Parts: sequence; C-alpha cells; structure tokens
Amino acid sequence: MPESTKKLTVLPTLNRTNNPLAMASHQIELLDSLPLSEGADFDRRLETAGLGTLTATGVDIFQVNLGRVCNQTCAHCHVDAGPDRKENMSREVAEACMRVLAETDIPTVDITGGAPEMCPEFRYIVEESTRLGRHVIDRCNLTILLAKRYQTLPRFLADHGVEIVCSLPHYRALGTDRQRGDGVFEVSIEALRILNELGYGREGTGLRLVLVTNPVGAFLPAGQATIEADWKREMKTRYDIEFSSLFSITNMPISRYLEWLESSGNLASYMQTLVDAFNPEAVNGVMCRNTISVGWDGRLFDCDFNQMLELELAPGQPRRIQDFDLSALSNRQIVTGRHCFGCTAGSGSSCGGATI
Amino acid sequence: MTSYYNPDHLANFHSISEHAPDLGKKFFEWYGAAMEDGALSAREKSLIALGVSHAVQCPYCIEAYTKDALKKGYDVEQLTEVVHVASAIKGGAALIHGMQMRETADGLGM
Repeated sequence: MPESTKKLTVLPTLNRTNNPLAMASHQIELLDSLPLSEGADFDRRLETAGLGTLTATGVDIFQVNLGRVCNQTCAHCHVDAGPDRKENMSREVAEACMRVLAETDIPTVDITGGAPEMCPEFRYIVEESTRLGRHVIDRCNLTILLAKRYQTLPRFLADHGVEIVCSLPHYRALGTDRQRGDGVFEVSIEALRILNELGYGREGTGLRLVLVTNPVGAFLPAGQATIEADWKREMKTRYDIEFSSLFSITNMPISRYLEWLESSGNLASYMQTLVDAFNPEAVNGVMCRNTISVGWDGRLFDCDFNQMLELELAPGQPRRIQDFDLSALSNRQIVTGRHCFGCTAGSGSSCGGATI
Repeated sequence: MTSYYNPDHLANFHSISEHAPDLGKKFFEWYGAAMEDGALSAREKSLIALGVSHAVQCPYCIEAYTKDALKKGYDVEQLTEVVHVASAIKGGAALIHGMQMRETADGLGM
C-alpha cells in the first residue's frame, strides 16, 4: 500500500502541556462541581426511572485498550492520545489477556487505543484472538493505515477477517478536519478506498467496515437510523466509497473534549443537555453492561470512559487482568458518575453506536 | 420589557397558549406534525425551516433550526448554502418587482 505524503496537523496533548485536566481526579471534580438541575445524579436518576442500580448482564465484549499513542490529536479525544504519549501494552499483559480469552468463551475482542495499531503487541493480539476463533474489532483512525511502516496493515486486517470500526465525523472535510486535524479527511478517504479495494464494506465479502460519526461541537448526535442512508449515498456519489453500517455516537465530557467544552464556554449547557436528554430506554443497551475494559497496564474497568477517569471496578471485583474472574464480573455493579449521562442521552450511545 | 427580542421567549413559547388554550394546542400539534417524517424527512424539513427562518428573519427560529440542523448531522457549510438559497429567493423576489417598476416607467415614459 502507498504511504501517504499528506502531513497531518497534530497538537500537544493535555498531558504534555501539564494541563490540570490531564488528571482524572480533576476531570471528575470539574464535572461534579457543575450547578446542574435536579436529576443530575446518575444513580438517583436510574432509581427514579425504576431501573435500580446499573448491573452487568455478562461479558460478551473483551475490550482491550492498547495504549495512549496515536498519530492524531483529535479535539474530542477522551483518551488524550497523541504522538507524545508513551503508554503501550506490554507482551506480558497481552499474553495475560490472551490467557483469559483462551479460558473463557467471550465471543468478541474489541481493540482500541490511541491508535491501537501503533502498539507493538497489536498483531499478536489479532493473531491470537482470531486463532481462538473470536470476532475481532479494530477501532481504527484510518490515517494510520497510510502512515510510514503501517502500510501492510490493511492486508493483515483483511487476512484475519477483522471488523474495522473507524471514525469519520462527517462525509465532508470541514468538520472532520476541525475535529481530527487538518489533512485527516483526505487521508481517511484514501484509506477507505484501499479498504474497499480489499473487499471491506462490500456485500458478500464478510469484511465489515463501520463508520462512526460524532458531533463536531457541543450538541447531541444525529439519529443513526435517520442518516445512514444519506451517508451511504453521499459517500458513494462523492468518493465512490461503500461501507457496511454507520454508528452515531455522543461525545463524552472527558479529557480533551471536556477541556474544549470548558474553554469554549459550553460545558454547563452541554452537561445539562445530556441530563435533560436522559432516556431510560437507552440504559438497557449501554456498553458497560456486557463489556469488560482492560487498560494498557492490565487494570480492569467497566468501560473505556471509566478507564480514562481511573474509576476502577466496584469493591470486591478483581483489579487486574491476571485476577480475571468471569463469574464475578458477569453480574457486577457498574461504577457510575455524571459522565454516564453521555451514554444515556437521546438514542443512547455505545461503542456499537446508538443503544435503541 | 427591556428589549423587543428575549432569548427566554423561545424556551417559554408554549406559554403563548395561556389565553387561548384550544388554539395553542392546535397550533403546537399541527406544528409538530408538520415537522415529522413524511413524504419529506424530518432532516430535510429542518433545512427548509432554517431557510424560511432567515427569509422571515426570525431570530428565535434561526437559533432553534441552526441547532436542530447541526444535531441532524449537517455541517456549517451546508447550513450556509441554505441561507444563500433563502437569500437568493428573497433577493430575486425583490428584483423581479423591478419588472413592475419597468412596466410602469415604460408606460409613462416616452
């Protein structure tokens, strides 16, 4: 595959600039300090809606976050990922993850990051997971597929039947580049063409290609079902690109998006929007209920968002991948906070898109 | 009243029903139904509403339908084109009255 010559604009991460919001505790304090209307206590809101406490229904998705390293610095990134980060999953932790997989029948491995492909253990995890017969999802930023040293990735992913779930906020360049960095849209389109050529997104190949759109600003996402047909038409007529499905997800008030909300003066109104849009019907399908999230260092969390906020599992639950206990985790109580309103607003939001 | 336009009016618009509840109820039901998915999608109707908002120069509607159209997945370049369409029709409507001017002037002139 050709290497892209297009230069992407990247910025320093919050971590690099010593921004106080690089610290999880500071993020939680900020969210909790907002003067929101009644109903902004997530657990109480569940109770009022007759839903009791949020509890897992099992572990169907084994989500591994391979680290914070990325070739992009998207403005809404809840990981604060970027080229200046160093955190990567080690072989030791990766092997512990694969042992867990071998000892259980968890059907899906969901690989995320950062740009997970930049972790040296990425290919090992894909190869082992597929060898064990599991469905593998790569949460891909697209531009990495054309970066130097990574151009063999598309073929590797296709050969292993990996489902690719990739971010593209809009089918036009403006919003995509504003959110993800100048130049990202053009390279993303190039990467999608390469994936299409390999059979991704084409009917009958079994190679699923999912696009993920999220708002470029402080508002809720468009209804997934209402825009998928438009997106398919626009991507086909404008760029001759096909894809399998469109996910529409809500931006989470965590890390860089939280920093942007605060600095742009949108934080309180955005949080109030999420609280006001709380939808009891969206609660059932939130991802934490059937997912376990593993950090680059092997720590366990309810979801990738809790991982970034360093909200570890409820007391009594295993802390590390080495102590994985499927039966205990399968009906655990989920640790919640105000950020959880991001997953229950409107049509709901999860790594699989809308929840209703 | 401190100004002719007050942003709170938008949030409190429903209170307009207070002195004519039956008419208010009918208006809001009809308004809601008109904006629902039909032969045109609710997304398409949002853009039409944004264009009309500009044509009738309603600041409440402009705020409401800018937010609505963004939420429905359109970007600011697309919204700007909507405003140009509305402006073109408004401008064209003014200009075509020039034909009336010309006809009158031609009738009177030598």
